[in-house]
Amino acid sequence: MTDASLPNTGGAPKSGSLHEIDARTKKRNAAEKRFRMYGVAAIATGIIFLLVLLFAILGNGLGAFQQTFISVPVYLDESKLDKKGNRNIDDIKKVSTFGYNPLIQKAVLKAVVDAGIETPLKKSKDMKALISASAAAQVRQAVIDNPALIGQTVEFRFLASSRVDGYLKGRVHRELLARDKNIDAEHLDIVDGLKEIGVVKKTFNSAFIFGADASESRAEQAGIGVSMIGSLFMMLVVLFLALPIGVAASIYLEEFAPKNRWTDLIEVNISNLAAVPSIVFGILGLAVFIQFMHLPQSAPLVGGLVLTLMTLPTIIISTRASLKAVPPSIRDAALGVGASKMQSVFHHVLPLAAPGILTGTIIGLAQALGETAPLLLIGMVGYIASNPPGGVIEGLMSPNSAMPAQIYEWAKRADPAYYERAWGGIIILLIFLVSMNTLAVLLRRRFERRW
Amino acid sequence: MSVKLTASALAIAAVAATSAAARDQVQVAGSSTVLPYASIVAEAFGENFDFPTPVVESGGSSAGLKRFCQGVGTEHTDVANASRKIREKEIKACAENGVTDIIEVRIGYDGIVFASQLNGPAYTQFTQSDIFNALAPKVMVDGKLVDNPHKQWSDFNPDLPSEDILAFIPGTKHGTREVFEEKVVAAGCEATGAFEAMMAAGMSEDDAEDACLAVMSDGRAVDIDGDYTETLASIDANANGIGVFGLAFYENNTDKLKVATMAGVEPSTETISTGEYPVSRPLFFYVKKAHIGVIPGLKEYAEFFISDEIAGGDGPLAEYGLVSDPALADTQGAVAAEAVMGGM
Repeated sequence: MTDASLPNTGGAPKSGSLHEIDARTKKRNAAEKRFRMYGVAAIATGIIFLLVLLFAILGNGLGAFQQTFISVPVYLDESKLDKKGNRNIDDIKKVSTFGYNPLIQKAVLKAVVDAGIETPLKKSKDMKALISASAAAQVRQAVIDNPALIGQTVEFRFLASSRVDGYLKGRVHRELLARDKNIDAEHLDIVDGLKEIGVVKKTFNSAFIFGADASESRAEQAGIGVSMIGSLFMMLVVLFLALPIGVAASIYLEEFAPKNRWTDLIEVNISNLAAVPSIVFGILGLAVFIQFMHLPQSAPLVGGLVLTLMTLPTIIISTRASLKAVPPSIRDAALGVGASKMQSVFHHVLPLAAPGILTGTIIGLAQALGETAPLLLIGMVGYIASNPPGGVIEGLMSPNSAMPAQIYEWAKRADPAYYERAWGGIIILLIFLVSMNTLAVLLRRRFERRW
Repeated sequence: MSVKLTASALAIAAVAATSAAARDQVQVAGSSTVLPYASIVAEAFGENFDFPTPVVESGGSSAGLKRFCQGVGTEHTDVANASRKIREKEIKACAENGVTDIIEVRIGYDGIVFASQLNGPAYTQFTQSDIFNALAPKVMVDGKLVDNPHKQWSDFNPDLPSEDILAFIPGTKHGTREVFEEKVVAAGCEATGAFEAMMAAGMSEDDAEDACLAVMSDGRAVDIDGDYTETLASIDANANGIGVFGLAFYENNTDKLKVATMAGVEPSTETISTGEYPVSRPLFFYVKKAHIGVIPGLKEYAEFFISDEIAGGDGPLAEYGLVSDPALADTQGAVAAEAVMGGM
């Protein structure tokens, strides 16, 4: 019996053999290949951007970690510094830093003459361009600390001016000096001569990491240390406020709260809050904390409070996610052996969720650490971080800046040397951020449990 | 750790208890043009006195005066820096909030310069009329007031390069903008005869004056709301652009910028102090008299700022680019006497 209804019997199948790739399969395979290439290209672009960024940051910023110093012996003239000769500290304090400048300039000129450097600059005033304006304050402080130094010749290590430093770092070029009123080519000849005999030296600059901010005319003196302390105090406030509040809120919402319209509303609003631009929190902080509660302006406490508001949603969302990730069987088992609801949460669920909470908190902190916008409005950007705080309360209450705000401030200043310092500040900030994020990853790896 | 924890908790509690904490350092805010000078003074003040170093914030003259006028009390700033005189409106706003006794202190003069890329087109000489012809919406062509037809600098002045017009000017929140409008644009308006033409066309004097200050909004005049570094970056990116800078900023960046003369005068501290260079303005700071005696060091700071050592011809401010005030002695006397505005 022939089966006329099976026309294909014996003939090749219409769609060809599986070993033979037909046009449609080819097309699909090609599409997949293309997609993979897009993916690789996307990652490569990302990596290239990252590398460019890293090279730019390191190339521009590493210079800030080195600084040029000039070491000269200074004769502390009694007739200038202590006219009455009685070593009375109040009389000595009456001589302002302006009274010290001539002594320092004279000392530098002497060093130049002693080194046998030929120069048309014969006056001690001409030496002003070489030395940082901070030198006078440095000598004055030394004299006030130890009035017995008056009348002696003391060796000091002064910061060189930012132009001299820029010359040694290749930022200041001789051919562009003609219109620069800050320094002349003759000054650079002196610098070359002093460098040969080791009076001028470029060394590692720990003052950049630990020092305080300086005014516009002393880029060479500025450091990020005090604003780092400001950031530290703000992070302490954030940690001690946002973590307990955030964890308590999430535990209540996740474990105890009834599921009704109100909790839904709260949930939606927490997500909304997470998306609010940070500058809005700054305005809120200005209105509530400073103008209504009369907390001091520019204080890290206020900055910390504002950043707490900003970090809370991040912490709540990540805490709730990690509480949700604990399987219900754990809760059921605890309740089954007679634990109360609270015991089941605090003895069993919370410890298991802790790694996730920690990770969320650290990432929230890292975010807060890099935040600048709200600080603009509560007065933490400007010439502020000039005094290191004396204790915990002063650290919280007295005006200070924060690392990102300090970087922003430096980037605005006129002297090109500040530009280099802004990049240097970015390096330090990035080190903090990368190590915080690494810590978060490590903690998660180490303690995370999967079910 | 636990010790630290309780310590911070205590600190927070203490803060919450005494919310109106006393302040022991002077708080300054305002003009970003005055900020460099104020920071230099604040630093030297901290070094030479036993008072803590004052805190100096920027944000623009208007923003600074607004904060200054918000009220009396330690939560408000003590000093407002301004690159222009305080306005009547602001004095009124101050008075409404109880800030009545204001001491006005003029610290010196500042030049405003037009600069462009060092190796860019030859923008070396401008007159006020050139700037007006380039940027104003209505200009004089062949004796008639018409919509600005100029696209390139050479369209109206053959001595200028044939480059598309592009200028980076200070935004309206800066005091510098006012000086730019009054001393450059408005002066150009009068010099080209546009002002008279406007009056002849039936505008009232006030309207014509306002119309004279306008600049075009088609992208050739870009408002810079940030600081001079932002203007510098814009100039770096646009070879055909000219930018408005403070003299001090330009002098710190002579390796990137070249300056143009204004009406044939090269800007420098000398030409500004003699008044030859036309585009300059006085710089001020305003002190809240009610805070003297409350905030330690406030009066000392004000006096130190205008002392001969600081603001005089050889002081650090002049070195940075401030043109010192020939009438500095009068200002010193006024501050010592705490003479408030309004002649009391």
